[in-house]
Amino acid sequence: MTLNRRLFLGSSIAAAGALAAPMVRAQGKPRVVVVGGGAGGATAARYIAKDSDGAIDVTLIEPSRTYYTCFFSNLYIGGLRDLQSIAHSYGTLASAFGINVVHDWVIGVDRDAKTVALASGGSLPYDRLILSPGIDFIDDAVPGWSVASQNAMPHAYKGGSQTELLKAQVEAMPQGGTFAMIAPPNPYRCPPGPYERVSMVAHKLKAENPTAKILILDPKEGFSKQALFVEGWQKHYPGMIERIGPDFGGGNVSVNPDEMTVDIDGDVQKVDVCNVIPAQKAGLIAEAAGLTEGNWAPVNPTDLSSTMDENIHVLGDAAAQGAMPKSGFAANSQAKVCANAVRGALTGSTVFPARFSNTCWSLIDTDDGVKVGATYEAGETEIVALDTFVSQTNETAEVREETYDESVGWYQAITEDMFGQA
Amino acid sequence: MPNKAIPLTVLAGSLLAEPVLAQESDGEGLYQQCIACHQLGPDADNLVGPHLNDLIGRQAAGLDGYLYSPAMDAAGADGLVWTTETLDAFLTDPSGTVPRTSMGYGGMADPQERATLIAFLTSQSANVGFAVDAEILALKGDPAYGEYLSGDCTACHARDAGEGIPAITGRSRDAFVTVMQAYKQGAITHPVMTMMASRLSNEEIAALAAYFENAE
Ligand SMILES: Cc1cc2nc3c(=O)[nH]c(=O)nc-3n(C[C@H](O)[C@H](O)[C@H](O)COP(=O)(O)OP(=O)(O)OC[C@H]3O[C@@H](n4cnc5c(N)ncnc54)[C@H](O)[C@@H]3O)c2cc1C
Ligand code: HEC
Ligand code: HEC
Repeated sequence: MTLNRRLFLGSSIAAAGALAAPMVRAQGKPRVVVVGGGAGGATAARYIAKDSDGAIDVTLIEPSRTYYTCFFSNLYIGGLRDLQSIAHSYGTLASAFGINVVHDWVIGVDRDAKTVALASGGSLPYDRLILSPGIDFIDDAVPGWSVASQNAMPHAYKGGSQTELLKAQVEAMPQGGTFAMIAPPNPYRCPPGPYERVSMVAHKLKAENPTAKILILDPKEGFSKQALFVEGWQKHYPGMIERIGPDFGGGNVSVNPDEMTVDIDGDVQKVDVCNVIPAQKAGLIAEAAGLTEGNWAPVNPTDLSSTMDENIHVLGDAAAQGAMPKSGFAANSQAKVCANAVRGALTGSTVFPARFSNTCWSLIDTDDGVKVGATYEAGETEIVALDTFVSQTNETAEVREETYDESVGWYQAITEDMFGQA
Repeated sequence: MPNKAIPLTVLAGSLLAEPVLAQESDGEGLYQQCIACHQLGPDADNLVGPHLNDLIGRQAAGLDGYLYSPAMDAAGADGLVWTTETLDAFLTDPSGTVPRTSMGYGGMADPQERATLIAFLTSQSANVGFAVDAEILALKGDPAYGEYLSGDCTACHARDAGEGIPAITGRSRDAFVTVMQAYKQGAITHPVMTMMASRLSNEEIAALAAYFENAE
């Protein structure tokens, strides 16, 4: 396979990768290159470096110097967290774990030569490559919308500036205005994410703009934790939120970002904020490396290795792994199993059987938290669920507050598990 | 900082009524030396000394409703936590271990007796009326496997206690196994921990206990 240098990253390339990649390489040590410093990639890099005690040379390639988590970004939009509290740097991974952190984009993978090409020029060799690039959007998923219109109609489904923009737009809404959300079809990152977002926008509007309306246009029949959300919306935000499902045209929607209108099955409406969360696929580099089938990269359930290349592992949202949802918790869980297997393959350390778990919390209103979780193991061809739980409707305020408190403890723990304790 | 109490959603009468293990009944016999000053059990109050429920894992001077000596307060503030090891030292020579403690008890010289008494106190820890089988407590876990398994825990349990989620490092193996078995066997319930513990075998719990005892 030849090196694919097609520039698939468009304009964002210019902003990234000012720093040339250091080509330092410890002689003879096996080399692991991790692409993407998010929930999957940062965790994998840290565990391999930590547990191999210097026996493996670990390089983490990530364009941003600051990682803004998507998890808890809805709480930021709702005004319950500040931006600084969801920002993380890679300093500890470099200083305390000896990881070679390179701020650059990977623009191609030469699977025969086992090298990755960097946007700034040059390439890096690997013995094992781990891709955890998260998601990208499917072109024309919402007619009228493209990444070029993300300033008028933000997705806020990747962390950082998009989240800030959406929050500012909600704050600038006229009294009694309309916030529209175009929800994505399955499968997508964070199944309860859009509905937690609606809750947090409602929380903010209730205080600042109580006559405003929220309109959800949804191509799905049902959604994650639906009974819990609907119960919570009726309790905290009566009359504010309307959801139009596929039976009423919620699946046949186009937008006009210049006019700020939405066309719902032929009925054109003017809106004040339009949060478009398009249909999703694996981060583009997975496709560029030739590792995708359809929209996602299929992997083996025992070690998250690509079914197309045994020297490459794909983690997190980008992977088609079976039963786990696309969540930060899941990406972190998969990364640890992958790290253990990669270490075993490169240094002969013991490889233990794969085991995974996930819990996703969502906040409906202040101190009203709900959660859903499951344990998983490697089945024949994909990851399968073992045991699950979900919060119940009609729980007491105490239980809901404890659930929220847990999510705060989890946020602290998982970000330390990704980036090390600052 | 007081140890986080475990919510007791199930206080199984049947568990309380079960015959106590031989080792425990010896321990219960030895406990008669403490009973004048310390209470144990569901209705335990602070008397001359603080009650000893949930003792393993408790920070010294960690109960809110009891007035400790300045010496014990200081030891707790310095990080003394009651584990199998620290209790062994304290019970050997109370005022040698915590100088100027107000506990008027001379000490227990025999190491075997101390071990038996501590096992009994451990079985009363983190639960009231829930005792783990001696065989399960005796399992020796592999810390390397425990370290791998801990990957299932560290997304929620940070090194330091977080909001709503306690820290789980640095506890004695017995105390750790007792709480995990209490979740696994349903003596205490919590949606997440019940799910996490019920998937673990006894050997896996022992492995986690061996790892977390010394984890930082
Ligand atoms: C609103 C919202 C709320 C959420 N809430 C939760 C929650 O409460 N709990 C939860 O568990 N999950 C939550 N999630 C989901 C979670 O954010 C993702 O599932 C998780 O981040 C996936 O991890 P990842 O490693 O696959 O991708 P990411 O964390 O997105 O990391 C991918 C990284 O790769 C980098 N990258 C991409 N391409 C390249 C390239 N070519 N070269 C170099 N670097 C590259 C990107 O810059 C990025 O930093 C939420 C998501 C959203 C949008
Ligand atoms: C004569 C009364 C008395 C007897 C007998 C006694 N204790 Fe104590 N104990 C105390 C007092 C008083 C304190 C509080 C000490 C302080 O504040 O310095 C205490 C404290 C303790 C503590 C520290 C608890 C905490 O919350 O930090 C432990 C553990 C303890 N005792 C165990 C025992 C055991 C086990 C025995 C039996 C072998 C025993 N004690 C016998 C009076 C007694
Ligand atoms: C999804 C989050 C989550 C995961 C994953 C998790 N825990 Fe917990 N754990 C909690 C919460 C929340 C509590 C407090 C429960 C309560 O109040 O009963 C807890 C309590 C505990 C306790 C009791 C501590 C005390 O002082 O009461 C122990 C021990 C424990 N967990 C061990 C583990 C181990 C071992 C694992 C991994 C196998 C694990 N936990 C995985 C959330 C989690």
